Amino acid sequence: MNREQVAAQVKQILGEKIIAFHQKSDRRIFLEVQSGDILEVTRILFHDLKARFHIASGVDTPEGIEILYHWAFDACNCVLTVRTKLDRNKPEIESCAPLYKAMEWIEREMWELLGIQFKNHPDLRHLLLKDDWPAGKYPLRRDYLPEAANGQKINLPADEAKNE
Amino acid sequence: MSKRSIIPIGPYHALQEEPEFFKLHVEGEKVVGLDIELGYNHRGIEKLSESKHYDQTVFLVERICGICSTSHPIACVQAIEDAGDIEVPERALYIRSIIGELERIHSHMLWLGLAGHFLGFNTVWMWAWRHREEVLNVFELITGNRNHYAMMKAGGVRRDIKAEDIPTIKKMVADLKAPLTLFKKTVADDPVIQARTKGVGVLSAQQVIDYAALGPTARASGVKIDVRRDHPHAAYGLVDWDVITAQNGDVFDKAVVRILEMFESIRIIEQCLDKLKTVTGSVDSNPKEVKPGEGVGLYEAPRGEVFHYIRSDGTNRPARHKVRAPSFMNVITDREAVIGHTVADATIILAAVDPCYCCTERMAAVDVYSGRRVFTAADMIKCSQQKTAELRKKLGAHGPKLNIA
Amino acid sequence: MSLAINVLTRSLNVFHLGGSACNNCDIEILDTLTPKYDLERFGIVLVGSIRHADLILLSGIFNKKSASRARLLYEQAPKPVVVVAVGGCACTGGMFRGSYNWDHPVKDYIPIDAFLPGCPPKPEAMISAVVKLIHTLRGKKQ
Ligand code: SF4
Repeated sequence: MNREQVAAQVKQILGEKIIAFHQKSDRRIFLEVQSGDILEVTRILFHDLKARFHIASGVDTPEGIEILYHWAFDACNCVLTVRTKLDRNKPEIESCAPLYKAMEWIEREMWELLGIQFKNHPDLRHLLLKDDWPAGKYPLRRDYLPEAANGQKINLPADEAKNE
Repeated sequence: MSKRSIIPIGPYHALQEEPEFFKLHVEGEKVVGLDIELGYNHRGIEKLSESKHYDQTVFLVERICGICSTSHPIACVQAIEDAGDIEVPERALYIRSIIGELERIHSHMLWLGLAGHFLGFNTVWMWAWRHREEVLNVFELITGNRNHYAMMKAGGVRRDIKAEDIPTIKKMVADLKAPLTLFKKTVADDPVIQARTKGVGVLSAQQVIDYAALGPTARASGVKIDVRRDHPHAAYGLVDWDVITAQNGDVFDKAVVRILEMFESIRIIEQCLDKLKTVTGSVDSNPKEVKPGEGVGLYEAPRGEVFHYIRSDGTNRPARHKVRAPSFMNVITDREAVIGHTVADATIILAAVDPCYCCTERMAAVDVYSGRRVFTAADMIKCSQQKTAELRKKLGAHGPKLNIA
Repeated sequence: MSLAINVLTRSLNVFHLGGSACNNCDIEILDTLTPKYDLERFGIVLVGSIRHADLILLSGIFNKKSASRARLLYEQAPKPVVVVAVGGCACTGGMFRGSYNWDHPVKDYIPIDAFLPGCPPKPEAMISAVVKLIHTLRGKKQ
């Protein structure tokens, strides 16, 4: 499968689901889908087109929260990025982890850093931040204020050595 | 039914951005489950990067990991170049590949040494690290520092390799072949190493695909992916080399893949050095700005593919910078590989994906589960080393033969 | 020179406490033990347990998750113990100052005897730091 075929095939199989298509260069394709379709799109890319999942990146933009799912077509040196936009006030999307194990950790990461809810995720808990991280504080959001968290004292077992 | 207990390993034990905290669930000697807890090394680099300008970003990502300290910068500058359509002079591409491959050699040697240490072959550890110093000397000659070379920048590299240095570098690289051959023979011939690693920690090709595992971890299971070949970048499309794979996916094959890869690296370096004699010109295109856009950078680090995504909004700082290190995908496969093996084998299996091990001392266990039995890292390794000693007795072997060349 | 100092400064048992480091400081620490620098010939060894430590080497920043663990480990160390902050990260927070997962430089909650800046410091620098530290502890002129 060469690059033109990948682009054509993706367009053909995903058909109606694509709401925007942008070929940045011959090696980089960006397309946008509705957030409700993500499970189906993932299934098609992983099972039918045999693409390899790179990673997903969540981005907080003024228009809402975006998730970019990056897929590799190793046979033809092509990276396909599937973009989907979520409502900033209630970011929610279906989890792809039951379908594709490689997505499990990154969804946990996006959940804690950006506050995106993944429905039906097998094990949604903190991955990187400490377990008692204040709820509702998402460091990768634009409105996150570092002071809010940085002012806190660390829980120290005892403090006497410092005062010696 | 035997009692289930938990052995915590960690948290002080490094994995790229995150030292992980493994909790082994064991019944008697057998591992029945694995919990991986990350976050002890989370430094918020993605967010920090948004507050730095593009030149600083490269230095920041260099400090994600000291072992891959040129893989992240290469991926990062490629993402910037992709976002802003920046040209790179050909000579710079060769220099990037030289630095990248030297790093692969030093990283694989480091792994080999630590793997030897876990198995109870401290001789292998000392020898591997001794010869690793010679790679660091080459780095010092080219870049001025042993680690954190600061060579990459968007649009090229920061320093040229001088023509008069090339013969010296070539000689130093050629000298590495003898010790590498020694390691190849040691691993291939030693009955104890084979007994400890063959059939241990097997990862099937299907599991590799399901978890999207990368690098030597995937290639040892027969999945032939290598970003250097699949998505040519730097000078990899311009020189002649092979992708090394193996079939069994066990610890032994992972070691073999890494050792053979080092020979390929030497091949690449030698060809690139030759090319530097003919390809002249500047090594930096001095870009003045990064156009708004999105870019992706891929680089095959020693442990697998590094992925960087950069979104530029036309200012001098990235609007979003996503970093994905290979261990993020690889470490989770331990969950499959370690189940059903004994505690003594667990250390080497966990180490086999090369989760950017630093040293065992970082695995000191804090007694957080009071009342439960707590193994420290030292206990785990002792356990593993004892098994080797017993095997050695049984086989009547006397450790690896090291011929001083 | 007290007996404790006399004993402490011979055959140092080093415990390496790595925080959220980039690994380079940690590797350079290990490098000092391998054949090229070979500190073991002076009886300096790395130990696996903090309870055997004479000297603690801190490397990397300590983030919100590892800071309290580091402090806990420090408290478990037998006193007197000497603490050295290795690398820019451990000294000040380095590049990672201001990150959302970082609160204080480690010196705020673990008393540090020597700062060893560098990113990473060379093995030679580490050796010279340890030598200077021993001399200072013994009250000798350098
Ligand atoms: S001081 Fe530099 S080398 Fe040491 S841990 Fe920090 S970033 Fe890494």
